[in-house]
Amino acid sequence: MASATISIPKSLALPYRQPVLGRTAWRTLTPAFFLILALVPICSMVVPESHPFHLSAYALTLVGKIMCYAIGALALDLVWGYCGILSLGHSLFFALGGYMMGMYLMRAIGLDGVYHSPLPDFMVFLDWKSLPWYWHGTEHFIYAAALVILVPGLLAWLFGFFAFRSRVKGVYLSIITQALTFACMLLFYRNETGFGGNNGFTDFKRILGFPIAATGTRTTLFLLTFVVLTGSFLACRYIVTSKLGRVVMAVRDTESRLMFLGYSPLGYKLFVWTFSAILCGIAGALYVPQVGIINPSEMSPANSIEMAIWVAVGGRGTLFGPILGAFIVNGAKSFLTASLSNYWLFFLGAMFVVVPLWLPNGVVGVLRRLLDRK
Amino acid sequence: MRRSVCTLAAIILWMIAGASGAIGLTADDLKPLAEDDFDAKSQAIDQIIASGDAVALRLLEALDKESVVATSEDQVLIQEGNTLKDPVTNVPVSTVASEVQPITLNNSLRARVASGLSGLRLQAPDRGVRARAIDALLHDPDPSLKAQIETARSKEVDPALKNRLDQLWALTALQDPDPAKRLQAAHLIGQRKDPQMRGLLLPLLEKNKDGAYAEPDPKVRAAAGDALKAMDFEQWKIEMVGTLFAGLSLGSILLLAALGLAITYGLIGVINMAHGEFLMIGAYATYLVQEFFRRNLIGVLDWYPLAAVPVSFMAAAIAGFILERLVLRLLYGRPLETLLSTFGVSLVLIQTVRVVFGAQNVQVSNPSWMSGGVAIMPNLILPFNRIAIMIFALVVVGIASLVLNRTRLGLFIRATTQNRRMAACCGIRTWQVDSYAFAFGAGIAGLGGCALSQIGNVGPDLGQSYIIDSFMAVVLGGVGQLAGTIVGAMGLGIVSKVIEPFWGAVLAKIAVLALIVLFIQKRPRGLFALKGRSVEI
Amino acid sequence: MNTPKNQAPDRGPAETGDVSGLAHLNIAGQIDLSHKVILYLEDVSVSFDGIKALNQLSLAIENGELRCIIGPNGAGKTTMMDVITGKTKPDGGRVFLGQTIDLTRLDEPRIARAGIGRKFQKPTVFEQHSVWENLDLAMNEDKSWFHTLGSRLSKKALARIEETLGLIRLEQQAGRLAGELSHGQKQLLEIGMLLMQEPRLLLLDEPAAGMSDHETAQLAELLNLLRGKCSMVVVEHDMEFVAALSGRDGKVTVMAEGSVISEGTLDHVKRDEVVIESYLGR
Repeated sequence: MASATISIPKSLALPYRQPVLGRTAWRTLTPAFFLILALVPICSMVVPESHPFHLSAYALTLVGKIMCYAIGALALDLVWGYCGILSLGHSLFFALGGYMMGMYLMRAIGLDGVYHSPLPDFMVFLDWKSLPWYWHGTEHFIYAAALVILVPGLLAWLFGFFAFRSRVKGVYLSIITQALTFACMLLFYRNETGFGGNNGFTDFKRILGFPIAATGTRTTLFLLTFVVLTGSFLACRYIVTSKLGRVVMAVRDTESRLMFLGYSPLGYKLFVWTFSAILCGIAGALYVPQVGIINPSEMSPANSIEMAIWVAVGGRGTLFGPILGAFIVNGAKSFLTASLSNYWLFFLGAMFVVVPLWLPNGVVGVLRRLLDRK
Repeated sequence: MRRSVCTLAAIILWMIAGASGAIGLTADDLKPLAEDDFDAKSQAIDQIIASGDAVALRLLEALDKESVVATSEDQVLIQEGNTLKDPVTNVPVSTVASEVQPITLNNSLRARVASGLSGLRLQAPDRGVRARAIDALLHDPDPSLKAQIETARSKEVDPALKNRLDQLWALTALQDPDPAKRLQAAHLIGQRKDPQMRGLLLPLLEKNKDGAYAEPDPKVRAAAGDALKAMDFEQWKIEMVGTLFAGLSLGSILLLAALGLAITYGLIGVINMAHGEFLMIGAYATYLVQEFFRRNLIGVLDWYPLAAVPVSFMAAAIAGFILERLVLRLLYGRPLETLLSTFGVSLVLIQTVRVVFGAQNVQVSNPSWMSGGVAIMPNLILPFNRIAIMIFALVVVGIASLVLNRTRLGLFIRATTQNRRMAACCGIRTWQVDSYAFAFGAGIAGLGGCALSQIGNVGPDLGQSYIIDSFMAVVLGGVGQLAGTIVGAMGLGIVSKVIEPFWGAVLAKIAVLALIVLFIQKRPRGLFALKGRSVEI
Repeated sequence: MNTPKNQAPDRGPAETGDVSGLAHLNIAGQIDLSHKVILYLEDVSVSFDGIKALNQLSLAIENGELRCIIGPNGAGKTTMMDVITGKTKPDGGRVFLGQTIDLTRLDEPRIARAGIGRKFQKPTVFEQHSVWENLDLAMNEDKSWFHTLGSRLSKKALARIEETLGLIRLEQQAGRLAGELSHGQKQLLEIGMLLMQEPRLLLLDEPAAGMSDHETAQLAELLNLLRGKCSMVVVEHDMEFVAALSGRDGKVTVMAEGSVISEGTLDHVKRDEVVIESYLGR
């Protein structure tokens, strides 16, 4: 019998919106954030070099680079862990962002290049007389920054529109993303494309007027990357805890059922996909001034697949896991290529096999299980 | 003075010889050959050619074989083995071999000798000799032999040879003062459609400095123009056939690579990123078989491919079996994780091969019966090794089709592909089917690697260059049916090769990928997808 | 001319069904019920690889009706639902929602938004989401991505979720993952989701399958609740359940081999020779 009055059960005390981060998370992360913001400049610029707390340029660059990778891993987790799209071409967006920033940095060299010409060195070498049309305007930082967002975003949007509209899913989609990045890599290897061929862009001198190799610049870039990483993490948490996030997770689990409820998956997938691509582009743009070089091997399919392993190692679908995974894998790579370079590929390959088999939820999964037991 | 006297004497003698046919060359005529003056030698050779009788033939053949020698008194003799003969009388003489010097000729003289020989042979009694002579002259026409060609042409009775003689005559008659003859010559050259003759016709259509055509007669010009068009069309046909062949050749390799992938993907639903490495294993297995034969069975080295085929199949199949049992089985139902794991396996395999065999390419050479090629059209040679591989691919597809459609294992594979749960309910051991099918698919890839070793380099990165194309072929053709993979692979090969001449290899690849992505819009499951209501929701 | 003064204010043709002398505007997205029929299927044919799943099927559902469809397996009942919801495109024939909405030209999400809800043979809920999240997802509100990005759970929405939870007796499981529910509970959850959707036309494919007697009785109650609010098409095999739903006057359609073989009250079709031959048996 249907009851006349329905008593509201106490268990259903739902907030109007799921919080972006839990209380404990806020309490630990906020002070840590400000601490790092304060300590890093001190350790790199004030503390003398012989002191053990000194952060060398090498350390700054390494950690800054890994943080950029972490942003990329975050972006990939958004589309893979939450939307179920394993993209094997995300390094394309990373590299495109890097190239856009690289264009600005090449123009910023000014007349200080090898050939002392207003044109970048590689163009002089190829005997080009003027800048190609797509290089115009890149001497302005604002324009280059806009390109960092627009170019990967637009490409991702177009590709996503055609791919998702035709309902290509699963492994087919992954293979096609791999083919996309492979094709673009081939394109960028050609000298005629106007992006430096297989040497790419390098020998940067300054950024926004500041010398690019100075400690102050490095520290600033490091802190900027750190802030962007934190901001991206919070933005992704916001998306994931919203209703859109729940719909996107439903897309991952049973897309067809979701369609019968009236949701058009295309808009959702496109949003997450494009946002993720833009995030990757920004990561690439922060990467290039710190590392000092960008070339087409950054968009190789192998790089994209490595991004996936960072996410898998950390724990996909957790947002924090991929950040951890990026640090673990790249840290190991740094250490191993220095000492046992021949074996790095074996180690990487073994990780690819072992992690999906025995650590399906990654490091975060292992930590959670340990915490649950207590 | 002496020279003109000799020439006059030669002409008189030639006329007499031509009239009587009995009096031919004398020893004096041959004397200039022994001297150092190349002009004199040239004239002497002309004289020999003009005389046209059996003596001349003998001399020319000997000159061609470089067995003509001279004594210290400038007497010219022909050396046959250890005996020396007088050229005119063909009688051995007593001069000892050590006392004579060989006669030196330069390249132009040798060419003259060769064409003169061909000219004489045009009227030889043996048909075969005549045919060879005609072919030699067609390849390298000599206008000075015009008279002989005309005579031969008028006397020839064999229709095929007459045809060729006509063309030969046409080559020499283009400059004839008679416009009718030039017209006929232009027509005949057009009929032959040999692109090498373009050079002869093009001057006819050029203009002089004063604006007039080099060729005064408009009909001849028209005929030359038509002939050129016919030649260009022929050239285009050759290119088309060549492109088609290259496309089919590439397609047959892709077919072998994609076939295994289609079977495993259709069955288990995983894209195996280590598939390229099965190709590599097959190629390296072939290399090892070749080395084994080279060390132990050198006598039958030419037949090593026959042993390499089963060995590469088994090597790849075993590798596939192990991969399936150790890795894929544990990741059943998680295609994206499987993709990652197999990528890791691929890395490990490549690095292992690098460590064991070295990072450089290893040498795998074709056996002799696969070397060389067949020329089906002028300027188009189809290499035997590629033809062999196409046949090989067809045979493999045929066997795969037999296995899939006529054997119990094939029946089980098809059942498991279409509806795994139902197949398990019918008592099919799906886990066993998985292992065997995966091994089968891997083995086919190994055969592909064996084929690849015959036409390309074998190195650790062999598989990487074919993996994306195989995926594309599978995406294009759809899974579940053999026809899809065949059409997908062949189509991809041909389309790539057709686009290549226009845009270059890199842009062609990009264009093909873009085309496939667009194609997927219309048919997301490929060309030959399994139809029917699949129980999804 | 004298018009009676105490006549009720003019109710539109959609409610009275009286279209005499009127031309009415088509409003996009709204179901035009001026002829009282909410669903038309005319001569719909679907074949898979040569096998005709639907063969010139013709059917009309009136607004507010509860129609039961029975028939042997393979009759095409599920295919018919696939065609209506847009999962399968028919090879021929017309499918209309109301007078104006051509369902063959819309995709599944748009058909669902037009007001058609479907319950599947197997319970399909979102197993990785909790029970209340499932209901929240089904809720009838703006389903574009932009809206959901900033959407918040209003009091009204919360109240609706709680009301539905009460109806399907899953209040205690509100926070549990849907994948952990029993089969019967999942069925009820799916019904709850349909309630949240507020559809105009509800398609139920064997809703009582796998349910205990107690749960089936619950289900019948729920469906009776919905009776006035929307039109329903129920495919069932359980004859007692069909009898409970259709009562004495409800129309029952019998399908076999892709087309309708009989239509009428349950008593009528039970006595029809053709039906006895192909389905009910003696």
